[in-house]
Amino acid sequence: MADDGAARGMLLDARAVTKRFGGFTALDEVSLDVRTGERFGMIGPNGSGKTTMINCISGTLANDGGEIFFKGERLEGRKPHERTRLGIARSFQIPKPFRSMTVLENLVIPLEYATDTASAEIAGRGMAILETIGLADRAGENSGQLTQIDMRKLELARAMATEPELLISDEAMAGLSSGEVDDILEILFRLNETGITIIMIEHIMRAVMRFSERIVVLDAGRKIAEGGPDEIVNDPEVERAYLGE
Amino acid sequence: MKLGSFWLWAAVIALAGAALTILDLVPVNAFVYFAGYVVLQYVVLATAWNIMGGYMGYVNFGTAGFFAVGAYTSVVLYNLFKAPLLVMIPVSGLVCALLGLAMGYLTLRLRGVFFAIATLALAIVLETLVINWDYVGGATGAYILRSREIAPFGDYIEFLFFVMLLLAIFAVGTARWIERSKAGRGFAAIRDDEEAAECAGVPTLRLKLLATTVSGFLMGVAGAPFVLYVGFVEPSSAFNLVYAVNSIAMPMIGGATTWLGPLIGALLLGTVQQVATVTISSELNLLIVGVLLVFFVIAAPEGIVGLIKKWRRRAGDGR
Repeated sequence: MADDGAARGMLLDARAVTKRFGGFTALDEVSLDVRTGERFGMIGPNGSGKTTMINCISGTLANDGGEIFFKGERLEGRKPHERTRLGIARSFQIPKPFRSMTVLENLVIPLEYATDTASAEIAGRGMAILETIGLADRAGENSGQLTQIDMRKLELARAMATEPELLISDEAMAGLSSGEVDDILEILFRLNETGITIIMIEHIMRAVMRFSERIVVLDAGRKIAEGGPDEIVNDPEVERAYLGE
Repeated sequence: MKLGSFWLWAAVIALAGAALTILDLVPVNAFVYFAGYVVLQYVVLATAWNIMGGYMGYVNFGTAGFFAVGAYTSVVLYNLFKAPLLVMIPVSGLVCALLGLAMGYLTLRLRGVFFAIATLALAIVLETLVINWDYVGGATGAYILRSREIAPFGDYIEFLFFVMLLLAIFAVGTARWIERSKAGRGFAAIRDDEEAAECAGVPTLRLKLLATTVSGFLMGVAGAPFVLYVGFVEPSSAFNLVYAVNSIAMPMIGGATTWLGPLIGALLLGTVQQVATVTISSELNLLIVGVLLVFFVIAAPEGIVGLIKKWRRRAGDGR
């Protein structure tokens, strides 16, 4: 049952998504709507359910309640690799490179499996993506031996290689230096300019606030605030969630 | 290695095998065929195991189960209509392919150690079933009377040796082809990180079932001629854990990520075992396997192929 959400420019429409682990409710009726081309931020203290939400969207977890629509199509019942093909890509908080492969070979997997790129063009496409992300000079290196920042970049590059419409970046900047944060931020801005919708999950406030047009705040599995960066900063609920009373 | 030269080598080896067994150009002791058969059988088993264990990282402890089901399928076919070997081989392969598919379905959600335990359990369950199935001899075993000689090979063992040689070439060729295919790259992605693979668009479930099916097929094929080779099969010999241990150890020692690894491992370890059996004692086999395995796990975790690659790289850097 696809309503006209997609027609109204809505790319991702999550309605009252609920996820329980035994007696613990990790997500309690969380709703999101992300428009095509938007830069969307998701913040919240540790354990507030951000990554669980991402897992429900990308399909590595099945939500117990609610519905998620992408481009008007219902996602429940679709496997993660099918959602990837639909256009949802994610990066992982803790980088998960294919360690037995070189950097370029890491991109060959999604190019082969998630896109219709002709096999003769795969290496070229992969190099082009590495060029955009700034990893081109690492193409032949063993992916397991990259530095932290390069591993984060590889996560983004591999997600880009699925040719997504929606890119979910799960704490791509955690643990990076200030200069490196700016690097990643610039990459994400550039990807957004090419028309890719981006959901950024991040703890580094400076980055989220600068990047996002709209932000939702999760706390203990519930959405406690939603709005532009300025509204969020001044929201008393948000302040309470982060600092306590 | 250039494209096509693998199959050129394969053809040369097959022809040499044919010349040796049919024309008897060189006088060869019958024991060489007898022992060679076992070594080649391990080439098939180790290669089959490696498709799942080496390429995809799913350790199967149930090799003996598949092997025995292959052997017992032959017994059933023989009891039914005195089926010839050329019928036994493909049917045993198909039965074990189905078994592999079923095992894949049953163990979908199991990873790592839990998968390994489940495969071991599968072998034990199958053994119990066979022990209680009188049609195939139950616990006492079953005989197949084969002719002593077969034209144009002469001695029947020479014929079995040649058949196993062809099966080994087929198995290694299949593994090599898979390794270089899209599916092979998907297997490697699953081995490296299953969740990341799935999110990169790899249909991990379908590929896992493909691997268990192909691997099962090859193991069944290896077991099909077993009854004719020994003339008598009983559960404790067909389901012997030695098959499982060897088919894990051989790829590990040779190098588990390429088709060459299990081939080298099986030829080397299989030959050493056969030589040790006659010269020292038949009980020493597993001790040799154990010592070599410990040595390689510590000194060369990527096996002989890994060692050669490392030396080559070092030689390349030196220039």
